[in-house]
Amino acid sequence: MHLTRDEEGMLAGEQGHATQKAMQILVALGKIYSAERLVRVSSVQVSGVSYKNLGDAGLEFLNELARDGKARVKTTLNPAGMSLTDWKTQGIDSGFAEKQLQVIDAYGKLGVEITCTCTPYLAGNEPSFGQHIAWGESSAVAYANSVIGARTNREGGPSALAASLTGRTPLYGLHIRENRVPTIAVDVEARLSLPEDFAAMGYSVGREAKDGIPYFTGIPRAGLEDLKTLSAALASSGGVAMFHVEGLTPEFGLGTKKLEALTFTRKELAEADALLNDEGTPDFVSVGCPHCSLKELATLARLLSGRQVRREFWVCCSREIKRQGDVAGYSRVIEASGAKFALDTCMVVAPVEELGYRVVATNSAKACHYLRNAGLKVRFMPLEECVGEATRSG
Amino acid sequence: MKLKGRVIFEGKAEGLALVSSTAMSFYGGVDPDTGEIVELGSDLAGQSVKGKVLVFPYGKGSTVGSYVLYRLAKNGVAPCAIVNAKCETIVAVGAIISEIPCVDMVDVRKIRPGVRIRVDGATLEF
Repeated sequence: MHLTRDEEGMLAGEQGHATQKAMQILVALGKIYSAERLVRVSSVQVSGVSYKNLGDAGLEFLNELARDGKARVKTTLNPAGMSLTDWKTQGIDSGFAEKQLQVIDAYGKLGVEITCTCTPYLAGNEPSFGQHIAWGESSAVAYANSVIGARTNREGGPSALAASLTGRTPLYGLHIRENRVPTIAVDVEARLSLPEDFAAMGYSVGREAKDGIPYFTGIPRAGLEDLKTLSAALASSGGVAMFHVEGLTPEFGLGTKKLEALTFTRKELAEADALLNDEGTPDFVSVGCPHCSLKELATLARLLSGRQVRREFWVCCSREIKRQGDVAGYSRVIEASGAKFALDTCMVVAPVEELGYRVVATNSAKACHYLRNAGLKVRFMPLEECVGEATRSG
Repeated sequence: MKLKGRVIFEGKAEGLALVSSTAMSFYGGVDPDTGEIVELGSDLAGQSVKGKVLVFPYGKGSTVGSYVLYRLAKNGVAPCAIVNAKCETIVAVGAIISEIPCVDMVDVRKIRPGVRIRVDGATLEF
């Protein structure tokens, strides 16, 4: 792989230990994936924040890098395992909290913005079309590639951080136009009227597409919320990092080759719904995976107005969207119902299984996938029904 | 025998070969405190990676696996070297941050379990 003189210097340790470690990671990945060179990135989203996943090893590694490492480009952070301010009322153990705050401290020292959201594109990290970026967080990766047209591979925690500390990433995979062409066509005959329909469809298609690039036809319109949850679902059941929607997403024109097509009808939609539902009565309700948009807060405020929740109900969103919700008056209505904002975190990365809950109701296919892996039972339902479930008496 | 591969992380090491015929997951597959392989169904379940030249075709599973390798190293129970047919992101990143010599593009089927291997850069000798 070709390196510039500056990059050679980083690799030789001329710019400190952390930069050297970062460059070693990028050069090795470049070698493995046959990259010709590195490319400059304009932004980074770092995953690997919850202490639940990092453990002491991850924390030690971050502390090692934080001794002399600094972010060189705009770098934002994925959700943590708890709210950084209200962890006590969330029922989080103080031992866990102490470690989680040490993780956040290390990221702060590294110059990473403590945004703690999986929707950086709604919270100030907004790349533009064609820009090279290095993002972790699979749902944001799929959204950035597909909806924005920025270019990123699916980074892990250390490789995204390495990109941040050097401002570069190896040029391979989805950074190259030819690799962004669709590999599987999906003809959507089912009518997708709710974001949850997009989620169920994405969950089903992700299993077929694996790490391919789906090309959807038959979707006349899709809003931000639809595409956000579709991105998350495709990336959780499969390894999808990019998709196209004919007539909608910016690079759908790359789909010129005739591909083998799946058909997604009402029958498949019902099957996908069934696939995401276990038996059981929910004792925990959570929405906002990926983190809620302002529009979703507006909907929640409308649905919760004048009502009281009767079981634990988490509304997960970024502090930025919560702030906008405060200004718009939504947050007050939501909190008056007894629902709790879960900021900086979500039901997937918080240790929900250790908080004593058994059955979770959610409108997120991605959350269903990961909560099941953690041993919980799940009920998948539209946002409105989630509110119904949370406010149901008895 | 002498085999030549590709360096992922440069270094020298010597140890007995611990050979898995299947892909390895470190997150959930190896106990980070003891080095014991705990993955259900692994042909190496119950064995320790400590001080071994760990040979397997490629890595799989969660990217958190890189941190498991780091933790093994900090706990003094890491393999002394890693040899892969095809290294992927999880193992490569793990080897680099833990400073474990790592070589790939090796025909791992040629390495018999238990044989003593010397790793020096891209070269394996046994």
